[in-house]
Amino acid sequence: MEMLTVSDLCLSFGGLQVLSDVSFNVEQGELFAIIGPNGAGKTSILNSISGFYHPNKGGVHLEGKEITHLSPDRRAAMGLGRTFQNIALYRGMSVLDNIKLGAHVHLRTGLLSSLIYWGKPHREEMELRREIEEEVIDFLEIEPIRKLPVGSLAYGLQKRVELARALAMRPKILLMDEPVAGMNAEETEDMARFILDIKEERNMTIVLIEHDMKVIMDISDRVLVLNFGQTLAEGKPEDVQRHPEVVKAYLGEKKAQDGHLSTTVG
Amino acid sequence: MDIFLQLLVSGFAVGGVYALIAMGFVLIYKATSIINFATGEFMMIGAFIFYTIVVSLGVSPIPAFLGVMAAAALLGFLVERLILRHMLGQPTISIVMVTIGLSSILMGAAEMIWGAGFRSFPAIFPRAPIIIGDIVLRSNIFYGFILSSVAVIVFALLFKYAKVGVAMRATATDQTASFSMGINVKSIFTLSWALGAIAASLGGIIIGNIGGVHPTLGHIGLKIFPVVILGGLDSIRGAVLGGFIVGILENLAGGYLDPYFHGGVKDVAPFVVLVLILLFKPYGLFGKKEIERL
Repeated sequence: MEMLTVSDLCLSFGGLQVLSDVSFNVEQGELFAIIGPNGAGKTSILNSISGFYHPNKGGVHLEGKEITHLSPDRRAAMGLGRTFQNIALYRGMSVLDNIKLGAHVHLRTGLLSSLIYWGKPHREEMELRREIEEEVIDFLEIEPIRKLPVGSLAYGLQKRVELARALAMRPKILLMDEPVAGMNAEETEDMARFILDIKEERNMTIVLIEHDMKVIMDISDRVLVLNFGQTLAEGKPEDVQRHPEVVKAYLGEKKAQDGHLSTTVG
Repeated sequence: MDIFLQLLVSGFAVGGVYALIAMGFVLIYKATSIINFATGEFMMIGAFIFYTIVVSLGVSPIPAFLGVMAAAALLGFLVERLILRHMLGQPTISIVMVTIGLSSILMGAAEMIWGAGFRSFPAIFPRAPIIIGDIVLRSNIFYGFILSSVAVIVFALLFKYAKVGVAMRATATDQTASFSMGINVKSIFTLSWALGAIAASLGGIIIGNIGGVHPTLGHIGLKIFPVVILGGLDSIRGAVLGGFIVGILENLAGGYLDPYFHGGVKDVAPFVVLVLILLFKPYGLFGKKEIERL
């Protein structure tokens, strides 16, 4: 089943054409990666999918339903989870409060009934707490830091908390913008393992942007290569890696003649 | 000593009302980062609407309270939707100018509707003064304090525990993140304006009940600035504490110093202390410091 369909997406800011006719499908349970040089339009695609940018042409469908003109919060409520390139956490709040805000959209309590804390709101909160404890905090191994303010955490951990918050939303699809950028080798390995676990244990559909070629080649099912806002290639990681256009875009004309793209190129 | 206690307690009571009006300011600032210079005018309009409902329509005070809350919510809603929504993303100074303009418009509108004269409220609380030991409190101030305290507590609880309150705090911290958590940021803005206007107008009713109502009643709103800046613009706790500090200071200064000058110390004292505190705590007592991690 197709979870996400992006069709003929065009986006321009003034005279600058950021995306031209980009189309792709992501299947349910698939890990789909988008790669490309800086400024290729990767984050613009994610922003168009999650509703922060409004494409000039083209459409976005989630599970067959058109979401092209919905506001970002409506899309989030429909099951679009998202993490950001420059971490967008609530800095003053604790790790736990941040994660609970992810589940915010699932609380059904209204303005007046929450004035009376007992009864339904209380039960809802308890249920939520249990789910977050077991399925998010334990799963991502952030138990020891749950009471700390996120601003005090190391960069790699902040990224993990952001992922935890996205998971607490119980999304249908997870959009991740450079989840391992700026991480050391150990942190990168941890994060790659978590992403794979999320995909395999929860059958989660994931769309991922990354510069770390090794991670991309190791974990993704399919890869879309962008350059200057256009699709350069799309396919299995090993095929994309040998694609002459991709090699050219990443290594330049001359080196391309020497052989295929090495996995160490970042 | 009796004089001191008397001044302290009545200052405390007035401070409770300031805290409520300050809350009207902070609720809006916290969610939308807009400094609302029209807070005082929201207060004044609330007092006039209450006056109209009670005197002209002859409604009893409790339904009139609810009526004012509804009208204030509508006013806040309209101001946000029709004016400030279009100012999203504009420079702070432009937005500040818009709220200053709004305060003039509201003042002018009040004069057009109700005239420039001074009107006093009918008695809505029992007249008998409240006597606690040696201290005597005017009944208007005492009941006003009770009413403000209840309102402040309800607002604070809402902000801290209710789903919308949490959404408001989240929006105040990071709008992008809130959008992607499924929080409808724009309706949170509208809601903040509505709640802020409700808080201010309730404060207006209480102030109007103490000293009467006239179109320039909003100038008392200027006193809210020492209150909120003292507490830190975005802190509810700060607004409450700031309210009490300003109320008490004002009364003590008025009681002890005014006889030596030609009066007026009462109105200046809070600002003097404001400057002193800000010299040492530039973010106010509870304000959010912008910390840069290196």
